[in-house]
Amino acid sequence: MSRIQNAFSRLKAEGRQALIPYITAGDPTPAATVGLMHALVQGGADIIELGVPFTDPSADGPVIQRAAERALAHGTSLRKVIAMVAEFRQTNVETPVVLMGYANPVEAMGYEAFAAAAQAAGIDGLLTVDLPPEEASERVAVLKRFGIAPIFLLAPTTPASRAQAVAKLADGYVYYVSLKGVTGAANLDVANVAAKLTELRQHIQLPIGVGFGIRDAESARAVAAVADAVVIGSRIVQEVENGETGLAERLTNFLSGVRAAMDTARA
Amino acid sequence: MLEYVKQMAENMSYNFPDQSGHYGQFGGIYVAETLIPALDELRLEYEKAMQDPDFLAEFHHELKHYVGRPSPLYHARRWSELLGGAQIYLKREDLNHTGAHKVNNTIGQALLARRMGKKRVIAETGAGQHGVASATVAARYGLECVVYMGSEDVARQAPNVFRMKLLGATVVPVSSGSKTLKDAMNEAMRDWVTNVDSTYYIIGTCAGPHPYPQLVRDFQSVIGEECKVQCAEQLGRQPDAVVACVGGGSNAIGIFYPYIDVPGVRLIGVEAGGDGVETGRHAAPLTTHARPGVLHGQRVNLMQDENGQIIDTHSISAGLDYPGVGPEHCYLNEIKRAEYVAANDDEALAAFHDLCRYEGIIPALESSHALAHACKMAPTMSRDQIIVVNLSGRGDKDIPTIARLDGIEL
Ligand SMILES: Cc1ncc(COP(=O)(O)O)c(C=O)c1O
Repeated sequence: MSRIQNAFSRLKAEGRQALIPYITAGDPTPAATVGLMHALVQGGADIIELGVPFTDPSADGPVIQRAAERALAHGTSLRKVIAMVAEFRQTNVETPVVLMGYANPVEAMGYEAFAAAAQAAGIDGLLTVDLPPEEASERVAVLKRFGIAPIFLLAPTTPASRAQAVAKLADGYVYYVSLKGVTGAANLDVANVAAKLTELRQHIQLPIGVGFGIRDAESARAVAAVADAVVIGSRIVQEVENGETGLAERLTNFLSGVRAAMDTARA
Repeated sequence: MLEYVKQMAENMSYNFPDQSGHYGQFGGIYVAETLIPALDELRLEYEKAMQDPDFLAEFHHELKHYVGRPSPLYHARRWSELLGGAQIYLKREDLNHTGAHKVNNTIGQALLARRMGKKRVIAETGAGQHGVASATVAARYGLECVVYMGSEDVARQAPNVFRMKLLGATVVPVSSGSKTLKDAMNEAMRDWVTNVDSTYYIIGTCAGPHPYPQLVRDFQSVIGEECKVQCAEQLGRQPDAVVACVGGGSNAIGIFYPYIDVPGVRLIGVEAGGDGVETGRHAAPLTTHARPGVLHGQRVNLMQDENGQIIDTHSISAGLDYPGVGPEHCYLNEIKRAEYVAANDDEALAAFHDLCRYEGIIPALESSHALAHACKMAPTMSRDQIIVVNLSGRGDKDIPTIARLDGIEL
């Protein structure tokens, strides 16, 4: 079983949902990233989504755009992000790490080279925002050959027919984007999300995580009541932007609060 | 009207894009999931519109009565004589309403938006010509219009910014990234993903996810179709070469496309050489053999570093300041049906001044790149040979830039 499958089956046995925080690798500095990943685990992260910065993050709001600019200013590249995960793995062999970003850095490295390096570093999945199923099949085959789970997005606009197409390609979990918008938007409607997940579950057997618009313990608990995983991005990156002093501890504390709220979700 | 596009597609051996929106290895639909259904809807609606005589008649009517088409094919006799070689003819897209070829496309897309019941349109713009053309048709059809423009371009294209405001559009300066066209496009995509139900995104060039490169080409093909007829009538034959500037490539594909299956006509796209392609400060992905990559929903030749990050571009003309180029140009380059070269800032400026002085025409700085290449080619050719240059726009918007270069504040 893969690390991602392990995580979800353990949680399922415990009746809990996965907490998946996102940070951009290299933000605020490349040297800080591995420490922040450990801090997230300490706060209760079940899976880490590690952002690969890109010059043109057209699906991200201002907070994650700025994180990418900071990371790029420090020379963060896909190869360096892979090396960060390898370093993280020296002391954590359990927590799945999914890289999240845009297609071009992976295209530039080449899927074969990327997948081999990612596997060697202990990376578990890849989510490329701008690689829909239409363009994905050959690339996904390469990823799977190296044991890297291709994580796909589903959206409020996704019809059932597409959910089936995604189900054929996806592995690990799928990521439901809770709203029409960019990361960091704040108009989450949990009733809508619940209805859509019921529909999607008719076609998708994998666990479904929900992200976009989850900002605090309250919204995390509401989403955890209907989803298999809760993804928190901009709110955490905002914390990074607020300054380096005590950052690891602030992240741990923030996540612990979220974790506690989630664990009461279906009590 | 677009009858001809259909007929051509039927008669041509060249038939792209394929079913999935690819031009060989280029093109495609690399966007976030949220936008895929919107692109599917657009593709279906576009296919229906192309079969609908009323849609085609209205498009044709607007081009004639609102834009003022056909645009003349004009013999630049004095300039040709000065250069002492081939005869240069100018396809006068600068005489269109709003002053550039961009309006051919915005009319087509605004009519599509109206068909689809969208009340709000958004656009990205570099030089501001596409923004003006979008604001214009929005006013004409009663649509709300928001235009995204890099903050650097807002500064260097002030007259067009004010023009858009006069036309009732909201201009949003974009100060992320390199603050130019590509960043404006990022921001437009963010708006679209947020307002996808109410909003139609009018992309200004033959780039972006399928079906945009195709529909922009089809709407712009009126340029080449007219040119073919005019050459037959005025010259009794087709030209030896057709030259057009290439930013995303819409004016170029508009004049090239009808010639793809015509043997003996060289098709030459001119990219922005900036300070010179050897300096790295340019916007010439095809000339410099940039590797294919993925940006803005498409796989195209892309200016990028070894880590796949997009490189900042440099050009005196805001409209050519783009690190990629439409997928069909990448394909035409790969199969060698079209050639791509670059003209530097100073070469474009020299051609700009030539056209002012010798022909009484103030060209856009973008179009001046095509003129600059014609200027290099003509003396190497004989007097009975013919070059058609697509004069994609007029230069009024560039006057402050030119004045500044001469040390004059207007
Ligand atoms: C006059 C003119 N020509 C050319 C261009 C470049 O666009 P394209 O390559 O799509 O024709 C622009 C873009 O703003 C323009 O304003």
